Amino acid sequence: MSGRVWKRKDLLGLKDLEAEEIELILDTAESFQEIGNRPIKKVPTLQGRTVVNLFFEPSTRTRISFELAEKRLSADTVNFSTDISSTIKGETVKDTAKNLEALQVSLVIMRHPSSGAPHRLARYLKCGVINAGDGINEHPTQALLDMFTVRQKKGKLKGVKVSFIGDILHSRVARSNIWGLTKLGAEVTVCGPRTLIPRDAEQLGVRVTTNLEEAVDGADVINLLRIQLERQKESFFPSIREYAITYQINRDVLKKAKPDVVIMHPGPVNRGIELSSDVVDGPYSIILDQVTNGLAVRMAVLYLLSGVKS
Amino acid sequence: MSDKVIFDEDGLLRTLKRLAHEIMERNAKLEEISLLGIRTGGAHLARRLQSLIEEISQVKVPLGILDITLYRDDLGGAASQPEVRGTEIDFDINSKIVVLIDDVLFTGRTIRSAIDQVIDFGRPKSIQLAVLVDRGHRELPIRPDFVGKNVPTAREEQVKVELKEEGGKDKVVVRPRANA
Repeated sequence: MSGRVWKRKDLLGLKDLEAEEIELILDTAESFQEIGNRPIKKVPTLQGRTVVNLFFEPSTRTRISFELAEKRLSADTVNFSTDISSTIKGETVKDTAKNLEALQVSLVIMRHPSSGAPHRLARYLKCGVINAGDGINEHPTQALLDMFTVRQKKGKLKGVKVSFIGDILHSRVARSNIWGLTKLGAEVTVCGPRTLIPRDAEQLGVRVTTNLEEAVDGADVINLLRIQLERQKESFFPSIREYAITYQINRDVLKKAKPDVVIMHPGPVNRGIELSSDVVDGPYSIILDQVTNGLAVRMAVLYLLSGVKS
Repeated sequence: MSDKVIFDEDGLLRTLKRLAHEIMERNAKLEEISLLGIRTGGAHLARRLQSLIEEISQVKVPLGILDITLYRDDLGGAASQPEVRGTEIDFDINSKIVVLIDDVLFTGRTIRSAIDQVIDFGRPKSIQLAVLVDRGHRELPIRPDFVGKNVPTAREEQVKVELKEEGGKDKVVVRPRANA
């Protein structure tokens, strides 16, 4: 039996991946899940390797999830975040890369406010780079864990109807999900105010609607995107209140949904804006499954990438 | 040179029956035993031993599957990572007698990885080792408790275990490397 083989040095986005590569990550993640249930939740796989978490943008759950995944694989971890790193002192990405190389690290996890920053870093570095979110471009590990969770709950991805609701325009989570889900045969709908839907959305192979009822009707999965309050300075819609009235998922809206619909959210949730509080904590919500699965998915990615020689 | 047959279908069944009897003879309290098969060949053999023990004694001993990939000492040496297929142990191994089962015992490195992994799951009363073929060339101080057959081999030869669970017929052969 010859196993499937991962060949890429970096994981920068789902746009570049083949369907088989995505499936390999998801299947590997399934094998890693069990480690979280052991009395000793740690395997020696990445012993003696150093992973650097370079976060140029605030992050709680992604950073914690990566760090825990690294520790469960026995890697040594180093954290840089904006407030302590030297980019605020004017260092370029290239110089940062050279310095990391001099420290002989094995993998770099990078989050950056500019789209394409991890791609640039990856070109300068011999070691692997994992994109943990770049600008409004991609957030591949989040999309992979979303896909993993959908597959876990629905048993498959092919033909599953997934609706994204909210700020699609600024959402790297939505973008990565769209690339990944369409490659594996899911049917994707995006829904939100027209001003928050990218103009080229239809070309990505998704259905576009501004009508919430249409997005909810028949959906197997509803994935809510956070209204990025920090990006609402140039008013994309009249007010948060009006947004909530038109696009909030609450118990009333869900009456029109399929009985086995599941609600996802990449977090952090703005309770009472995109999602009502009772739905966040309700039976349809699989938001915490996403968090748990994120760990297995990130372990799988770290494992696969750390085998590739540059 | 062509393949030298070590076991055919009948031979394999006879040997597995003997191993089942030996495991039971050594461990009088069957309720203390659990079997852990090492992926992939060992896992199939462990399933067969479980049902043979059940046929003989009417006791179904717990069965788990070990994937030792994450515990290997040669990761990063190959061009890419071997595929991980997962470990399945859904019972408590604390104070149990764990019988590790593998198809071929060679350098002993796989068994070292398996023992390390078992210990991450708890503290068994003891760990025993059953193998279908012991081909020698140990690189670690590891010795099997139950052996189907001792087969002296040259280092460059291959021991091929084909089992019907993988789609073929039961057959174990020694193959010169050149024909592999």
